[in-house]
Amino acid sequence: MVSIDVYNASVDFPIFDAKSRSLKKAVLGLGKAGGRIGVEARVPVIEALRDISVSLRHGDRVGLIGHNGAGKSTLLRLLSGIYEPTRGSSRIVGKVAPVFDLGVGMDPEISGYENVIIRGLFLGMTRRQMEARVDEIAEFTELGGYMSMPLRTYSTGMRVRLALGVVTSIDPEILLLDEGIGAVDAEFMAKARDRLHALVKRSGILVFASHSDEFLLDLCDTGIWMDHGQIREHGKLREVLTHYKGRDPFDGKDRP
Amino acid sequence: MRVDSPPTTPVVAGSRAWSRAVGDLAEGWRHRELWGHLGWQDIRQRYRRSVLGPLWITLSMAVTAVALGLLYSQLFGQPLKIFLPYVTVGFIVWGFIQGCVNEGTEVFITNEGLIKHLPAPLSVHVFRLVWRQTLFFGHNLAVYAVMLVAFRVPIGWDLLLAIPAFVLLVINGTWVAFLVGIVSTRFRDIPPVTQSIVQLMFFMTPIVWMYDQLLAGDPRMAQRARLVEFNPFLHFVEILRRPMLGQSFEPRHWLITIGITVLGCLVALVFLRNYRARVSYWV
Repeated sequence: MVSIDVYNASVDFPIFDAKSRSLKKAVLGLGKAGGRIGVEARVPVIEALRDISVSLRHGDRVGLIGHNGAGKSTLLRLLSGIYEPTRGSSRIVGKVAPVFDLGVGMDPEISGYENVIIRGLFLGMTRRQMEARVDEIAEFTELGGYMSMPLRTYSTGMRVRLALGVVTSIDPEILLLDEGIGAVDAEFMAKARDRLHALVKRSGILVFASHSDEFLLDLCDTGIWMDHGQIREHGKLREVLTHYKGRDPFDGKDRP
Repeated sequence: MRVDSPPTTPVVAGSRAWSRAVGDLAEGWRHRELWGHLGWQDIRQRYRRSVLGPLWITLSMAVTAVALGLLYSQLFGQPLKIFLPYVTVGFIVWGFIQGCVNEGTEVFITNEGLIKHLPAPLSVHVFRLVWRQTLFFGHNLAVYAVMLVAFRVPIGWDLLLAIPAFVLLVINGTWVAFLVGIVSTRFRDIPPVTQSIVQLMFFMTPIVWMYDQLLAGDPRMAQRARLVEFNPFLHFVEILRRPMLGQSFEPRHWLITIGITVLGCLVALVFLRNYRARVSYWV
């Protein structure tokens, strides 16, 4: 059973400047102080997330909203298991497929085809399984001959297509999307939306961070409003959006 | 989302549980198709668009070994027939050790993007590195094969000892990469420090000079030369070089190496347990 349970989790980033990151300061510092003051204690810490408690189950489609730096991307990484909480606990059960910063984790020098295989292997697929899916991915992404070109020749939108093509083809149970996927054109987005809908219905959880009300309403039904590293509100997406914006974003439109 | 039901504490092993550290290794092993592929690709990538491709690995090893073999055999007055295979094997083995240690310091730093963007066990990056070094080693064996034929190196069944010896080297390369990799990610002075030490150890290890020759010479010199016994690299080089050159089996090298292997694996495992979850914060 696919599930995400996060309880009272915090994510604190130590910020090492060039000096405090070096051994010199740690060694000298300990000598001077004469006591056992941990090096960590004097390293400034950014509390990226505080006291996060979330429980997600099969079929949940959550939109993350909030200002820049509110902790949306960090929360996605917490939910993917990349960051384990520095305090509190988290448990992620299911096959996770993230699409974060595009271009990172993809090798610009090798072909789109090769990148598809490697990304699939990273996400727990076998080479054979990925080879069986490559044609389908090529067709869905409409990349055609570009699949055999090095990735550096791709535009941002094309990279998004490729990344979306991979994660939607491997039947993930937990799909985590960062706002970068907004780089694709509307036509492709519509196509991807159907696939994402089917995917979530079939197998799992979707968490999507975005600044676009349009995309959010397309993909999600509940919302989490992140503010200064904390969950300010979570509930029905439209209500959360209304509180966040101070007005109903769909007031006067014929949307549900 | 169950907005109305309050979240409960998930039952989960802490970040510093042994099971998580061992789980990382097991999960990394399950990903062997991934690092196997990436290791090959690293090599292809390095020589992409060059005409000879990975053959350059073999060629540059051949050039180094022959040039230094010629030079030092003249300096030390050693017969080329003995010295050239000796230098070649020494370089090949040292290349593996040096690769694991030096690249180990940056094994997580260079993979920052992957670590922060795709959830995968840390061991994937270490296994990829050691596998890549193993492939380099394999390419270099071609030079050794030529030497075997050209100089009729007197190898016997002892050559089979090279297999467990190499396995020991691989295990040690792995724990060293974990250990220096984790420490280097936190303290960025460690990579240059380590690389300088490795460079120094190259000269302190009998690779371009012969330990036996010093022992057989002037007694006072021999006395001082014995200090090299304290150099762990000596033992690692010897367990593999001796069978490859058809020299006699020396139990002490094996005992010391196995001892270091056990100890090192334990230390690395403790580091993996304590700092595994911190690496993604530090890179």
